[in-house]
Amino acid sequence: MSEQPALASYALRLGDDALILAQRLSEWISRAPQLEEDVAMANIALDLLGQARALLTYAGEVEGMGRSEDDLAYFRDDRQYRNVHIVELANGDFAQTTARQLAFSSYQLEMYLALRRSRDLTLAGVADKAVKEVAYHRDHATQWTLRLGDGTEESHRRMQAGIERVWPHVDEMFRSDPLEQALAADGLAVDARDLRSGWDSYVGAVLREATLTRPQTWTAPGGGRQGLHTEQLGYLLGEMQYLARSHPYSGW
Amino acid sequence: MMTDLALIRDMVARVPDPEIPVVSIADLGILRDVSLDGDGLLQVTITPTYSGCPAMDAIRRDITDACERCGAGEVEVRTVLSPPWTSDWITEEGRRKLREFGIAPPGRPAAAPGPGRRSVPLALSVRCPRCGSPDTRRLSEFGSTACKALHACNACLEPFDYFKAI
Repeated sequence: MSEQPALASYALRLGDDALILAQRLSEWISRAPQLEEDVAMANIALDLLGQARALLTYAGEVEGMGRSEDDLAYFRDDRQYRNVHIVELANGDFAQTTARQLAFSSYQLEMYLALRRSRDLTLAGVADKAVKEVAYHRDHATQWTLRLGDGTEESHRRMQAGIERVWPHVDEMFRSDPLEQALAADGLAVDARDLRSGWDSYVGAVLREATLTRPQTWTAPGGGRQGLHTEQLGYLLGEMQYLARSHPYSGW
Repeated sequence: MMTDLALIRDMVARVPDPEIPVVSIADLGILRDVSLDGDGLLQVTITPTYSGCPAMDAIRRDITDACERCGAGEVEVRTVLSPPWTSDWITEEGRRKLREFGIAPPGRPAAAPGPGRRSVPLALSVRCPRCGSPDTRRLSEFGSTACKALHACNACLEPFDYFKAI
């Protein structure tokens, strides 16, 4: 098998982040603390799934081996997935999911804002569309972080615990490697390291307003971009891919 | 041939939105272009309201059916993401139909947030599409479809959908 073109690998990374988080968030459907949140989680998941479909389709086209979005979503094993770990973590309680949403949507919004300027017109088009959607996701996470953090003693405790749980996985979102740096130098991709200061100032302000403490914590080793994942991704893929693998390419 | 193209454009423009059938894809600004390419093949260009809009497959199918019904023959339906759809593309006619159907039409979209900045949403009040009162409140930013939010009227107490301004 020939080596995958760098641009295809990059589109796959962004698409896998969106796809895996879409699947995670959809686990809240019928289990959210209130009906409006059930609907909100489903809507956010649907936006992410739409972004994932465009990015995986494009990754398949650039790769040029005839793989469709479905081939990439349903017929790759965990070691072939390129998402960061924060999106594959189990949901935990609603506060932990909110903490992850705050951390990830704040990163994703900065990334898409920068990617709008890509010389690659497909990536720029996906980003331009997604910016409007992710701005809603970040606002939703912000409102809940404020409400829970600056709420009751119990909601504050849980929100702080949620932040502590996801924080070790924040650094991985802002690492880049030679592949990404070469594409960024060509004006095609975004170097994730450049997104950190914008993220820090936004998330820092939300945590302060929510009376939460920024964790002083360890940093998880990461490795998602190289295909090294936590155990939790396997269970997620098992559920997501079961039907397609049992009945390959069936339609309804 | 020009008359034919105008007729086809008219037929395609009337294709109803599968989720809000009182408005057409032209009313919503989903339909971007109907034209013939260099080889004379009919091309219809559409754009989704949201990346994950599940109605796009049905809309593609309905456009193909509409072209078949008016004898236009083969059609290529292209989906473009750029420039991104905005609720400003909903026509006056579309806004009127939405209101009559019980969905409050969108106001002006907020500017996109800049890097690291928090947007300060300055929402103008949304009028109740049933009784016309401006005294309403938002229940959720997310509604029954990706393009709608859920509101309620403090005057007539009815809940209603609001077409989000993006």
